Formats: sequence, C-alpha cells, structure tokens
Amino acid sequence: MTITATLNGTPQTYEPGTTVAALVEEHGWREQAVAVAVDGALVPKSRWQHAEIADGSDIITLSPMQGG
Amino acid sequence: MSTTCTNDDPFAVADTILSSRLLLGSGGASSSGVLRDAVIASGAQVVTVSMRRTHSGVDNGLMHALKDLEVRVLPNTSGCRTAREAVLVAELAREALGTDWVKLEVVSDDRTLLPDVIELVEAAETLVAKGFHVLPYTTDDVVIAQRLEEVGCSAVMPLGAPIGSGLGIRNPHAITLIRETVDVPVILDAGVGTASDAALAMELGCDAVLLATAVTRAERPALMAGAMRHAVIAGRDAYRAGRVPRRHLAQASSPLSPTV
Repeated sequence: MTITATLNGTPQTYEPGTTVAALVEEHGWREQAVAVAVDGALVPKSRWQHAEIADGSDIITLSPMQGG
Repeated sequence: MSTTCTNDDPFAVADTILSSRLLLGSGGASSSGVLRDAVIASGAQVVTVSMRRTHSGVDNGLMHALKDLEVRVLPNTSGCRTAREAVLVAELAREALGTDWVKLEVVSDDRTLLPDVIELVEAAETLVAKGFHVLPYTTDDVVIAQRLEEVGCSAVMPLGAPIGSGLGIRNPHAITLIRETVDVPVILDAGVGTASDAALAMELGCDAVLLATAVTRAERPALMAGAMRHAVIAGRDAYRAGRVPRRHLAQASSPLSPTV
C-alpha cells in the first residue's frame, strides 16, 4: 500500500509515513539550499523529521537559480 | 576594489550599510564563471537570485560562486502573479537562504513583466508583518511608492523601463518625484541598457541602481560591469556636487574684459 502525492507538479508514490526529511534525502537535495511547501504552506526545516506526507499532498520545493 | 560609498555618504538599506550603490542581478549570465567575473568587476555587494523548483545539482555552481565572493544574496519573487504566491515564495526563500531580505516582484503578464501594484502592496504589507525587509520592484508611480513606504518597505525600486528592455529611464521626472517624496532608499530597477542610463539614475538622486541584463547579456559582461560601477560612482558624485542650472543662452566662462 502506497500513497500518492504531487512533487513539483509530477505525481509520485511514497510509502506511508514518509517524512519531508526522507523525501529531501531520497532526491539528494540535503546539501542544497532548498525549502519545502506542502499544500501551499511552508514546512520549516526544523519540522522535516516529523512532517509526514499525506495522501494527495501537493509538495513544492524551491531552490535558488540565476535570476533577477 | 574601489567602492561607491564613503564615510560621509553611507548607503544604508534596512539594517545594513552597503559599500556599493550598484546591485547586480544574476539572471542571463551564460555561466557561473561569467557571473563571477561580472560581480567582481561591478564591485556589487548584493546579487539577486530567483527561486525555482528544485532540480538536483543545478544550484551548486551559482551558490558556491556567490559564497566565495562574499556577497549578500537577495532572493526575488520573480514569476509570481499574486500576492499569495509572492508571500509563499518569499517564505521559502528565507528558509532556503537564511535571509530576511526579499526583492518583491509581482508582475501582471509575460509580455510586459510590469508590476501588478495592487498585488504588490498587499504582498509587501504581509511580508513586512512577517518580519521581512522588503525591497519591492514597482512602477514609477509616486503614489504607489508612497503606499509601499507606508506599509513598511525598506526601499522602493521603481523601473526605468520594462525588465530587459534596455530602454533606459523613460520618465526621469517620475523618478525625481519619487526621490523627492519618499524617505526610504530609491533603487532604480529595470530598464538600464548602458552606463549612461545608470549615471542618469544616480544624477536624478536615486540611492542605487539594480541591473542584470545590461551586464550579463552584454558582449563583454565584465567590461560592462566595470563601466556600470564607474557610472554609478560618477552619477552619485555629480548629484552630490550639484549641477549647474540649464540656460538658454551662453554664459562666458572666460573674462569679458577686452582682449586686443
């Protein structure tokens, strides 16, 4: 049994109980400047270890790029 | 590296004294190396970045280069169309980069990239309440500049012309009026095409200039960055020196006494 969530616009499947910290780790983003929002709200890094991804979540991660 | 500020002419934004009145955008540089050389040549202490969806590895070169240069990274909210989007992107930028500063952009459409000032003022007010130092990219409308100051922005950043257009300052009177009206720093943002545009902004009384395209997409970015540095210094000095009044007829600069 898995859950489905959208990550940066792409549907993904995750094991139930997957945390934001695990997601960031899985994608190799831990060393990058990255911030995470779930369903339109910031999830501070201090909460990543305990923030579990719910079925149907809309997850956005942003990082700095050239611009402005 | 020479700077544009002296002890008797400090440039303060929010909680910081900056040593350069030129702020550089990182957009449009063909590589991190080109950007690095341009930043060094410009003398800029503040460099903007945009926030985009994360892809593995893509930011490493940029952020490492900026860290090595010891510049202040100023995230922007480019790409946002509503106050709600801009507030979220600003919060994400603060989380990712550890800075309370944000260049607030809320634009109306891709064709003009002109600020949507209704959404802009709303976003600015919300972000100030959340503890941000807000530097809003705005139109050259003095009433909007006043509104942005009233809601607590740390500066106002009126455009000279649309982003990336290189058209220079289309309405110098409007920029002068903003400078005469608000007390927060006025940073000319967008529209600069070449060094004389940056000098004019400073001669009009702007406290600083923020530009990207004019440098990063020049044929020789580092050379243009150096030209901008000199232009900003020259324009500021000319503003402080006080220019002579314009006259319709000649005024002799040599004695009028008889010669032969």
